[in-house]
Amino acid sequence: MRQKENLREAYGKELLKCAKENNKIIALDADLCGSTKSIYIEKEIPARFFEMGIAEQNMTSTAAGLALVGKIPFVHSFAVFAVGQAYNQIRQGIALPKLNVKIIGSSCGLSDFGDGATHQSVEDISIMRAIPNMVVIVPVDAIETRKVVRAVIKYNGPVYIRINRNDLTNVTKEEDSFEIGKISKVAEGNDITVFACGIMVSQALEARKTLLRMGISARVVNVSTIKPLDIENVKKFAKDVKGVITAEENTIIGGLGGAISEALSEELIKIKKVGINDEFGQSANCYDDLINYYGLTPKNIINAARELVS
Amino acid sequence: MQKEDIRFLKQKARIIRCNILETLGIGKKGHLGGSMSSADLVTALYFYKMKHNSKNPDDPDRDRFIFSKGHSVLAQYAALAECGYFPKSILKTTKTLGSILQGHPETRTPGIEANTGSLGQGLSIGLGMAIGAKLDHKNYKVYVILGDGELAEGQIWEAASTASFYKLDNLIAIVDYNKLLQAVGFLKKRYDMGDIRGKFAIFGWKTFEINGHDMEEILQALNSVDEIKGAPSVIIAHTIKGKGVSFAENNPAFHNAPLTKEQIEKAKADICNS
Repeated sequence: MRQKENLREAYGKELLKCAKENNKIIALDADLCGSTKSIYIEKEIPARFFEMGIAEQNMTSTAAGLALVGKIPFVHSFAVFAVGQAYNQIRQGIALPKLNVKIIGSSCGLSDFGDGATHQSVEDISIMRAIPNMVVIVPVDAIETRKVVRAVIKYNGPVYIRINRNDLTNVTKEEDSFEIGKISKVAEGNDITVFACGIMVSQALEARKTLLRMGISARVVNVSTIKPLDIENVKKFAKDVKGVITAEENTIIGGLGGAISEALSEELIKIKKVGINDEFGQSANCYDDLINYYGLTPKNIINAARELVS
Repeated sequence: MQKEDIRFLKQKARIIRCNILETLGIGKKGHLGGSMSSADLVTALYFYKMKHNSKNPDDPDRDRFIFSKGHSVLAQYAALAECGYFPKSILKTTKTLGSILQGHPETRTPGIEANTGSLGQGLSIGLGMAIGAKLDHKNYKVYVILGDGELAEGQIWEAASTASFYKLDNLIAIVDYNKLLQAVGFLKKRYDMGDIRGKFAIFGWKTFEINGHDMEEILQALNSVDEIKGAPSVIIAHTIKGKGVSFAENNPAFHNAPLTKEQIEKAKADICNS
């Protein structure tokens, strides 16, 4: 059994480490630092932490100003607010001039299970990948989250990182490399390929075990960079199989499923999308209840695989 | 401040206004009204107050100017060309395909500090720069010209709160209070912003109120702001939309309108005779 680890804890601690090494790093938060874990910067480097109040638009444009004078600002909020409340500030003030601002969409997807639809982001991947110049990253686990933090600091430009609120299974290893814009195979197979991101990578790995017993061999690919998409490798991994499945904790419109479908639109291959089916979230007792309710399950991936090979 | 300064700046303001007309040209739609209303403020910033050098536009110690009411960028282009950031000859390429002079400010243009034009964002961007200056122990100042209509944007007041909370005395807002809303009419009637000065004051800003076309008052206010410590400042500058062009003054029709050859000639004559 692989270990579970919390992604936002991993994020916050790694950002603190990086901030100690690089004094250009600034953290801004809109009254959610305890949740997003930018609080670690506030506690240890208070001079480079800015409480911006519950005012995401101002926070986001302020980050643009900081980037324009050479800082590397990290803007924090829940994904639904970071993207939704400040969309135009991101679009006009950051993406258009390609500023070095990192936008952290924390408690993404359905991971803030109790708070309901208003706090759950089902379309943030779709929105952010539609913006020119924006890099969109969905770290798969805590191990990769730490590498993502380091990679985006080295990259000069706007990045959106979607961070899950909960403990997720570690599916990558410390020795694996992470590179912005590269997808990685986490399990080999030759009947179908599952392109997954976030929590859906471990769901796909679960599905793969059952599928093997059914005589179906599934390759699982971790697409942690949704944009820029590694089109060359998407095509390579889709070439030798009977069908492709996309799996994401985001609406099936315009997210990972959309991106993979666009990349493979000239290939003669069947694609099935597992994701949130064009609807909003809701409150639940636990994360698993939502994952099951919205069909973000190994079972749905298995069903899709069986249809593709039949 | 010397008498010669005032005379020099008044002449510069005439040149800026003529450059705006050059930029507009005949028959091309452009934001004449708001560019003219802010022309004296922009002149005072570029030719009197701000530390800046067109030969070294990336100087980390330069003062920053953000035109938050980005549609009035014609006044800024006019000033930047006059300062030598780019040749005057390209002013007429404004708003044409491939030009570095876009319809609203973009950082691709030498001398432009931020992308603005989606109203309400410029003060926050200036706020970020002002925080950056404090972090780096630098003395540069950040000047942001806001439109009066723009003050309806909630983000302005988010920025006003934050600037005051962080005691950013290096952030100076200037409201181009021309009292006209877009192309449709008078602010007071269509969307009254009420007591603008009082609003900023209650948000913790030091406030000044001037005639935004009186060069002496502009310079005095810009210099007074330097004495303020521990709080951001705002200068409410009463202006006239279309100032300097008789037929466009206080006329909402010239918010964003093309000019005929005759109108341009008349406008130039008005400016020269002012």
